[in-house]
Amino acid sequence: MRFKLFIFGLFLFLGIVSAKATETAPAEELDVTELILEHVADAYEWHIVSFGHTHLSIPLPVIVRGEDGEWHVFSSSRFAHGHAEYQGFYLSQEEDHKGKIVEKNAEGEEIRPWDFSITKNACSLIVSSIALIILILSCARWYRKRRQHPESISPKGFIAMMEMLIMSIVDDVIKPCIGKHYKRYTPYLLTVFFFIFFNNLLGIIPFVPGGANVTGNIAITFVLAISTFIIINIFGTKEYWKEIFWPDVPIWLKIPPIMPLIELVGVFTKPFALMIRLFANILAGHAIVLGLTCMVFVTVSMGVAMNTGMTVLSVIMTVFIDFVELLVAFIQAYVFTLLSAVFIGLSQAEPHHVKN
Amino acid sequence: MSLLTPDPGLLFWMILSFGIVFFVLAKFGFPIIVDMVEKRKAYIDQSLESAKQANEQLLGIQLESERMMKETREEQVRILKEANEIRAKIINDAKDQASVEVHKLLEENKLVIQKERDAAMRDIHNQIAILSIDIAEKILRKNLDNKPAQVELVDKLIAEAQQN
Repeated sequence: MRFKLFIFGLFLFLGIVSAKATETAPAEELDVTELILEHVADAYEWHIVSFGHTHLSIPLPVIVRGEDGEWHVFSSSRFAHGHAEYQGFYLSQEEDHKGKIVEKNAEGEEIRPWDFSITKNACSLIVSSIALIILILSCARWYRKRRQHPESISPKGFIAMMEMLIMSIVDDVIKPCIGKHYKRYTPYLLTVFFFIFFNNLLGIIPFVPGGANVTGNIAITFVLAISTFIIINIFGTKEYWKEIFWPDVPIWLKIPPIMPLIELVGVFTKPFALMIRLFANILAGHAIVLGLTCMVFVTVSMGVAMNTGMTVLSVIMTVFIDFVELLVAFIQAYVFTLLSAVFIGLSQAEPHHVKN
Repeated sequence: MSLLTPDPGLLFWMILSFGIVFFVLAKFGFPIIVDMVEKRKAYIDQSLESAKQANEQLLGIQLESERMMKETREEQVRILKEANEIRAKIINDAKDQASVEVHKLLEENKLVIQKERDAAMRDIHNQIAILSIDIAEKILRKNLDNKPAQVELVDKLIAEAQQN
């Protein structure tokens, strides 16, 4: 009963809000694509909320090395949300570097300076990294304290949950995928899992310190995939390289080097797939949530009834997608770790004992 | 397509933060947790194993003690039976011996009594003989005073003697 009342109240509230919105909304057309792209892309300030034309956001430090070879460090509030220029730097409005810091070179062309600004993603990344380190180290500290008494450690509550997560990754993913040398790769794979999982979860939270599209940014997934790529190929066994360049196939597949070529391409496509999969999944999740939310504003011009209905639908769908995103946050972290483990396991190939 | 081109600044921050996170967690975080959990697992496995062994031992001891109890009970029964037999034997023996003894005593007594009676009879015979001689003497002394009477007596005695 209470639940039904709550739902009714929600409808009523949304109806009123949208009715008001219709009355006061200016007749400007909302560019949904623009809005979504803006939200999923990186930014120099951490936008919290806007009231009409007043934007409330956290300014972040801008660190650039300009054409003059000097480093410039200043707050992003100097740009006044993209409307102002500071020390020759401004946010580009052109198609090429849209929303990025640019400066004009001698020929008057827009060029990108060396830009090491702590952007929204970088900031979120740093915050989540610190949080992750604190989280895992506090768990490790708990275990370290009880190092002398292995019989008296059975964690409860949060540490038990972390242990369950860690050990399920170790026992169900790392051990079976890599085999006997799994111990060497456990720290890396666990770090990758928790790094992705933690950032994915932070990305779902719609307000500071979450909401940044960190794991849906190609630079982030690129670094993760490159790390896996390096580990696969540095620790690859002789047999692994032999299987790439001289696999056990009929000779005519090897002399014009068809198979080696395919294998070599495979070496690069594996991490590439890792990079794209994570990036696309998280990006799509953010885009869908934003798109569904935008439904409320897009339908304002269609009348109160339509708008109310779509608002309700939008909220329900957004809640649903957010749950899906929770699932995806875990699944993508899990899949990345699983595939990394599988690839590392493949690179640990032992010579087959072929029948003589 | 700025979405698909990695931003160098962000790349730098990502490499830095991921590198630090990886270094710190790989050195001070995960190995400790995993090691401790595996140690605990080994400890639990070992405890279970020793508990199993202890259980088996206990079972063995129980069987042993049951077997011993059974044996003891059999022994007890056997001993009691033997004791009963011995007792019965002793009693029987005693009874036999006693009856033999009694019989012997009775025999002896009979013999003694017989002897004594014989002795007594002999005594009495002697006494009677003596007495009768005395009496006869006295009578003879009195009766030998007249002759006929003497002859008569001698006849009589001869008659008697003949009769005997």
